[in-house]
Amino acid sequence: MSRLQGLLFALATVVLVAVSTYYFTRPWLPPLMSDRGRIDGSIWWSLLVTGIVFIITNLALAWLSWRYQEVPGAPRASHWHDDTRLEWSWTLATAAIMFVFMFHALGLWADINKEAPADAMTIEVTGQQFAWNVRYPGPDGMFGKTDHKLASVENPLGVDASDPAAKDDLRMLNNLVLVKDRPVRIQLRSVDVLHSFFLPNFRVKQDAVPGMTITIWFTPKELTNPEKVTEIACAEHCGLGHYRMRGFVHVVSAAEFDGKVAELAQ
Amino acid sequence: MAHEAEAVEAHAAAHEHAPQAFIWKYVFSKDHKVIGIQYYLAAMVMGLVAGLLAMLIRVQLGWPGGNFAGLGRLLPAGYDVSGGVGVMKPEFYAMLFTMHGTIMVFFVLSTAPVSGFGNLLIPLQAGARDMAFPFLNGLSFWTFLCGCVVILYSFFLESGAAAAGWTSYPPLSALRGAVPGSDWGQTFWIIGMVFFVASFTMGGLNFATTIINLRTRGLSLMRMSLTMWAMLLVAILGLLAFPALVAAVIMLLFDRHFGTSFFLPAGLVLTNIPLVGPDGRDLHQGGSPLLWQHLFWFLGHPEVYILMLPALGFTSDILSTFARKPIFGYKSMVLAMAAIGTLSFLVWGHHMFISGMNPYMGMAFAVFTILIAVPSAVKTFNWLATLWKSRIRFTTPMLWAMGVISLFISGGLSGIWLAQSAPDIQLHDTMFVAAHFHLIMAGAALFGVFAATSFWFPKMFGRMMNEPLGKLHFWFTFVTYYGTFFPMHYVGIAGQMRRIYDPYQYEFLKPLQPMNQFITVCAIILGASQLIFFVNFFWSAFKGKKASENPWEANGLEWTTASPPPHGNWPGDIPEVHRWPFEYSPAGLERDHVMQHEPAGVELPAGAATAPREGSH
Repeated sequence: MSRLQGLLFALATVVLVAVSTYYFTRPWLPPLMSDRGRIDGSIWWSLLVTGIVFIITNLALAWLSWRYQEVPGAPRASHWHDDTRLEWSWTLATAAIMFVFMFHALGLWADINKEAPADAMTIEVTGQQFAWNVRYPGPDGMFGKTDHKLASVENPLGVDASDPAAKDDLRMLNNLVLVKDRPVRIQLRSVDVLHSFFLPNFRVKQDAVPGMTITIWFTPKELTNPEKVTEIACAEHCGLGHYRMRGFVHVVSAAEFDGKVAELAQ
Repeated sequence: MAHEAEAVEAHAAAHEHAPQAFIWKYVFSKDHKVIGIQYYLAAMVMGLVAGLLAMLIRVQLGWPGGNFAGLGRLLPAGYDVSGGVGVMKPEFYAMLFTMHGTIMVFFVLSTAPVSGFGNLLIPLQAGARDMAFPFLNGLSFWTFLCGCVVILYSFFLESGAAAAGWTSYPPLSALRGAVPGSDWGQTFWIIGMVFFVASFTMGGLNFATTIINLRTRGLSLMRMSLTMWAMLLVAILGLLAFPALVAAVIMLLFDRHFGTSFFLPAGLVLTNIPLVGPDGRDLHQGGSPLLWQHLFWFLGHPEVYILMLPALGFTSDILSTFARKPIFGYKSMVLAMAAIGTLSFLVWGHHMFISGMNPYMGMAFAVFTILIAVPSAVKTFNWLATLWKSRIRFTTPMLWAMGVISLFISGGLSGIWLAQSAPDIQLHDTMFVAAHFHLIMAGAALFGVFAATSFWFPKMFGRMMNEPLGKLHFWFTFVTYYGTFFPMHYVGIAGQMRRIYDPYQYEFLKPLQPMNQFITVCAIILGASQLIFFVNFFWSAFKGKKASENPWEANGLEWTTASPPPHGNWPGDIPEVHRWPFEYSPAGLERDHVMQHEPAGVELPAGAATAPREGSH
């Protein structure tokens, strides 16, 4: 009886290793369209290192459970229960690997969070239940002032129309037009609850928090295919319409930019 | 001897005080064993509810918009039944995942291992007649039960139970019109939490006091089982972390009902209507939604270790028992658990990498989070080394313990991905996170509870659980647990967000539907397999084979008394401890184990010096 259970446990573990390794090596990430390829790199490195550890420890577990079952004639268990050198070795080895991860992670995080380049285009994205309001500052480079007390169905952001800076602003709903190879600085806001601005293809995700303006930046590196949609998603539960808080990204060439914005602006 | 006189006195006292009336013996009991079982059964009921909620979540994710007329008739409040079809409502879905998480984390997986087995085992393993404060212990259970009633009652509110996620992030949870569940449901959620934390605090005081003060003679800290160590650490974590949650929920209550603004900034506009009073001033100003996240996760992260540490303790003790071998690296096991417990207070910000928190803080939290991998790896390697040259008896508890190790490896490694803040940008709030925490935190805790149930069942009911049924339950659960949660890694990397009523609204998620349907099928088999456990549990409790004192040939003090132990735990003197509980297969002895209470020196081979080995385990 005992032999069957150990064998089953070993087999189940080997099957787990084989199936999960097969599936993990398939391309799951959405196609990359931004300069944030290093995030993919760190995911792949994590997969490689943790995958090797996963395979080794699971195979060890499978082998041990099969090899050391209590069957007639099996030797008495050893009384071995401490080995300072061995314990220090695996502790330090793990710590060393973790330090490599740590320094790599910190460097990458610092790069992603540094200031946007001076030539970056600025766009304001404001989440509301359940839509993304996108504003372009227009030629003056300035957004019109907003006052939430002016907010209404027609003017969800409460833009103050008397502000001269508001005159040339362009506003669109659930659409975002970007220029290939031009860094973009997104000023993220929310008027009601938390949202999370998620661009799966661009490796961008940032919560939108009422009361805060959070700035992130990245550079689109691929033109979007007009035949297919490239999506904006909300990744933070924001109410019963959370699942349909969906938008579209359009990456165009610099020449097409004005036309595309005019086409989508309200 | 004074000690003996004392013991006789205590013995007499124990018998004198043993209540006879049913209501005092089994209902309003002060006996830790009864209270432990009460907690366990309450957690079982809550687990059944939360498990059923999970089934509904999975049905929706597999076939959103599908026609489930039957479910619609059963749950008319949750389904749109117009036109003879049954389509789930989005607000119902939000309530499902909110309450599934809330009930599972607090009312099942904190309750069964900690309050259930902690109460049952601490006095038995410590060699105490009961907990330090038996009345407080009983009060703690009834407080907990009030929390359960409040939480369950909230399902029947007209606006439904809470629906802002188990993390209840404001403003969604603070603005009563933001989601239907944020009407009275959220208030009930808050009240339920206050009851829960009050009960857990009473329990924690009892746990820590009992373990520190009521250990029997000879039971030094470094001779305690790893279960006891886990319980001590969990009690301390709970006492330090839960007050932050109570503070937070009371502040949330005030924001919701009394016009304060702890978590609400100025400038809010809900459904295009500015939240401005008749005097033209903002209804709220000056608060920060991030403050809630800091307070919530200051509890929330230690909380996941409150769930896990007992499971890791059970696993170590059970593994050693059935490997017939001392646990490898006892000291490093204790240190690793203490390190995990300490670090758990320094990592809460890893839930907030992309929350808008200052990125510099994200760096510090990433560092501490990555460091947790070190003590976790130490535990895994120690377990593997325990199995090396062992002699494994594959009983049901051993299978569950092996299952915990397997899940701890699978779920722990993905933590390294998420701990690095940059990959977390892509993986945050996706199903990858759901895969990670269901494997490591929920899975390890659940498997740990099953391990403990089958192992200590004799001390609960005086009977053995049925082994073939136990093994069948293990295999169904083990295979379908992986089938359910492992593929969530893939859909998560592909970008599928959590808490999405209909993922296939998104083009990029449409190809994931077959994988989600596979997950749903596994989840339903997983849920159905738990019937085997319920049958086995109740059948065995009444009709199972009578258990001897020490059916597993284990070493702990709980195995030196009858199954189930009488009121006062030992009919005679409390045994004295002479060694650690891991003395399996010592050289030169016919038997393969020496119990903690056996006189010092019995494990030495004949002819060797018989002096007790002072200073050793």
